[in-house]
Amino acid sequence: MAVETLIDEFVKEYEADLDNLPDYSGKDFASDQDVRWCPGCGDYTILKQVQNAMPELGLAKKDIVFISGIGCSSRFPYYMDTFGMHSIHGRAPAIATGLKVARPDLSVWIITGDGDSLSIGANHFTQLLRRNVNVNLLLFNNQIYGLTKGQYSPASPSGSVTKSSPFGSVDHPFNPLALSLGADGTFVARAMDRDPKHLKEMILRSHKHNGASMLEIYQNCIVFNDGAFGLFTDKKTRPQESIYLEQGQPLVFGANQDKGVRLNGLMPEVVELGDSITKDDLWIHDEKDSTKAHLLSRFFEHPENGEGLQFPRPFGVLFASDRPSYDDMAIAQVEHAKHSGEANLDTLLQGKDTWVVK
Amino acid sequence: MSSTKDQIREEVTIRFAGDSGDGMQLTGSLFTNTTALFGNDLRTLPDFPAEIRAPQGTVPGVSAFQLQFGSHEILTPGDECDVLVAMNSAALKANLSLLKKGGTVIANTAGFDKKNLSLAKYLDGENPLEDGSLDDYELIKLDVNKLVKEALADSELGFKDKERSKNMFVLGLLYWMYNRPMDPTINFLNAKFGKKNPQIADGNIKVLKAGYFYGETVEIFSSRITVKQAELPPGTYRNITGNEALVLGLVAAARKSNLPLFFGSYPITPASDVLHGLAQHKKFGVTTFQAEDEIAAVTSAIGASFGGSIGVTSSSGPGIALKGEAIGLAVMLELPLVVLNIQRAGPSTGMPTKTEQADLMQAVYGRNGESPLVVLAPKSPADCFEMAFEAVRLSLEHMIPVMFLSDGYIANGSEPWKFPLSGDLADIKVNFEKPRLNGDENPFLPYDRDKRLVRKWAIPGTQGIEHRVGGLEKEDKTGNVSYDPDNHQLMTNIRRDKRDNIADNIPEQPINQGNERGEVLVVGWGGTFGSIRTVVHQLRLEGIDVSHAHLRYINPFPKNFGEILKNFDQVIVPEINDGQLVRLIRSEFMIPAKPVNKVKGRPFGVSELKEAILETINEKITS
Repeated sequence: MAVETLIDEFVKEYEADLDNLPDYSGKDFASDQDVRWCPGCGDYTILKQVQNAMPELGLAKKDIVFISGIGCSSRFPYYMDTFGMHSIHGRAPAIATGLKVARPDLSVWIITGDGDSLSIGANHFTQLLRRNVNVNLLLFNNQIYGLTKGQYSPASPSGSVTKSSPFGSVDHPFNPLALSLGADGTFVARAMDRDPKHLKEMILRSHKHNGASMLEIYQNCIVFNDGAFGLFTDKKTRPQESIYLEQGQPLVFGANQDKGVRLNGLMPEVVELGDSITKDDLWIHDEKDSTKAHLLSRFFEHPENGEGLQFPRPFGVLFASDRPSYDDMAIAQVEHAKHSGEANLDTLLQGKDTWVVK
Repeated sequence: MSSTKDQIREEVTIRFAGDSGDGMQLTGSLFTNTTALFGNDLRTLPDFPAEIRAPQGTVPGVSAFQLQFGSHEILTPGDECDVLVAMNSAALKANLSLLKKGGTVIANTAGFDKKNLSLAKYLDGENPLEDGSLDDYELIKLDVNKLVKEALADSELGFKDKERSKNMFVLGLLYWMYNRPMDPTINFLNAKFGKKNPQIADGNIKVLKAGYFYGETVEIFSSRITVKQAELPPGTYRNITGNEALVLGLVAAARKSNLPLFFGSYPITPASDVLHGLAQHKKFGVTTFQAEDEIAAVTSAIGASFGGSIGVTSSSGPGIALKGEAIGLAVMLELPLVVLNIQRAGPSTGMPTKTEQADLMQAVYGRNGESPLVVLAPKSPADCFEMAFEAVRLSLEHMIPVMFLSDGYIANGSEPWKFPLSGDLADIKVNFEKPRLNGDENPFLPYDRDKRLVRKWAIPGTQGIEHRVGGLEKEDKTGNVSYDPDNHQLMTNIRRDKRDNIADNIPEQPINQGNERGEVLVVGWGGTFGSIRTVVHQLRLEGIDVSHAHLRYINPFPKNFGEILKNFDQVIVPEINDGQLVRLIRSEFMIPAKPVNKVKGRPFGVSELKEAILETINEKITS
């Protein structure tokens, strides 16, 4: 008979009745701990939207786990009334991998920041994506080290003047979405703290994806890097500077939806919509197209096209593809082995060659 | 027909040496298996270079395998060998110093041509097989390459495959020399190659037999040697290496606790065989995860342990250093975690394939902050089974990380093992915290404890006990983040006392040999057991009042250990390091324990250890 462990029995015995879940509200997911981020921190909105999204997952609270590393954002699990672990710097993806492989019945969320995931934990971050472990990673990107009080991060633009770079940093920054696509991430998306409705939508999309979901969230650090994302949040600049991606829809933006992005071969170009160029001429977003996703992820690295028009920053799902998840495959191997032969401990201990001493 | 005499010997040591590509490890292992099945007691020492294939024919490329077998208790692979097989010039050069005066050299003359002699850096024109420099030994010269070629004259095997089977010729020759049956090796070859590649199986068997018959026909040996079966305690035995026994111990503990085992690991010498071994046992509920680095290996195990699996990670010293911060996290989280350190010679990369016991301080103290955990050390290859089982048991029963300190010597070395029946192994009891279904029960306190100071294992998926853990200091009982000074003192004390309480749940320290009280106590730990036991046995026969206590539980020490130490005038602590256990004993028990140390990447030889212990005893008398 196949080995059935205490965990197998536990999961069966306590399986949640998903048809009769309590009528959760966002508040049910708030823990009794005082939230200690700086007043005005973008983390508050993200916390709120995550809490608001939780009831819509269709899961029992007991089956949700938040795992974080170190940094301001990583205090997050303490504020969620779910299971949680505030671990060590950069390692949340590895801890989450172990947990998910051991307990596929759980919904596992990783909370991390640009320092946590793109420097000390960049290895685990990329490995998680290439393996495609079925967890959701929320990367709070504020382009600064907040908890250690204001050093430049691997996401800070070159030339950033910070406490540790008084003459401007000479580091070239990571582009988190391009990095994720480069690591063959199967779900790559971007949202921001100042657009809570879209943020919640993206959180739910992350959950629905089977595989590693990487959601970058632009998050304002009011103390050390205030306004880093002003271009995309300020009402005046926002329409020209940002574009919201929707599956099957043309890439249109601008205050009056009068601009678009067109593909000229493999070169994107910003165009004014009018008589000669209509929506039908534009790039139609296809989140299954990895080549286009790569172009989208690098828009802002090519600030100008031939006509001098600036590319907008894309928000939404850049890429979502189906690839079997690591945990599904690893567990399938164990299950296959369990059912393909008797697990006899005595046979194992005895080995192949024995002799008897009388 | 033959003028060869038959001789009976109580023990024999053979050393197989050749180029890394000559298959000496396999030859040694096959001889070992046959010898084990024959019923001798034995110990082995594989001794190979770190390079997979160092330049062929050179001294750094030499790979050796030594075994001692006998008709009485054998506890070490032998200091010096009776027979040295030298497949080439470099093998002779690197190993001749380990051959007894008067011992036998079996030299493959094909490995002593001009090119090989030059690669081994013999002077131009110098050939040890011809110049009389081996006159103190019995020298047997044979052109193995040529003999193999002739034996396989009719075979359709390619040149390379023929060449590769030359180790079987030597093996066959030694089987004849030591009266061993060929069947176990023939069965092995058929099982390994028979189905896929019967030609290779047939070729190797032919060469094996050719070697055997060569011994029988050609009168090159002055005597044929018989080593009778050893008088081991009755029972069924198998031969086993330390890493194999460790794997079985982990699997057995997983079954006896009825938990899944999650093994996160990153390949490193000499620990990788544990990963290879466990990867084969998925049907027992074992999941292996080859992580991206040492840190992911240990943290993934912590994640699995948080979810209710036995989290296990393995490495050697350099990797353990990388895991340090995460082990501290497990101390703080108070979750089960087993950390296997198969020690090797350090510091830094050190000598990966050579043995050492220099990570004891690292195990006990090597983390930031006050970070107490349990340290166990098996004393021999087979003992890895029991101590691995114990590591899992203590980790689960006390919600604490356990460091298992093996070393390259016992990990790769082998000995006969009287394996237990699964029914004889005790169950390990695990109780997960129960759900709170009604909401009117007492609130769950993650850091509440029982009398032994052990907290509950409260796994995700349990309704009503949703809670958060983390690396920040915990408030007593609630587990909330706390910077309170008195609380930090309290929690530091609790974590220490929780570890110390484990002394109530481990066996008392036995005197392994000798009297309960007396003049000299030799205290050892880990892989030095065999050498110390042999030396103490010899010293006692010579009338010296000396006893031996070997620690397998080091942190905490067994409860009676302090009392034992008081019963002796002098305590001597031999270690393959620069003095680590001796410092722990001095600081814990305030006694002038004396060190005997060696750090050469090799285990203690019996004669050198005996000499060193005698010297240390005499220091006391003369001073």
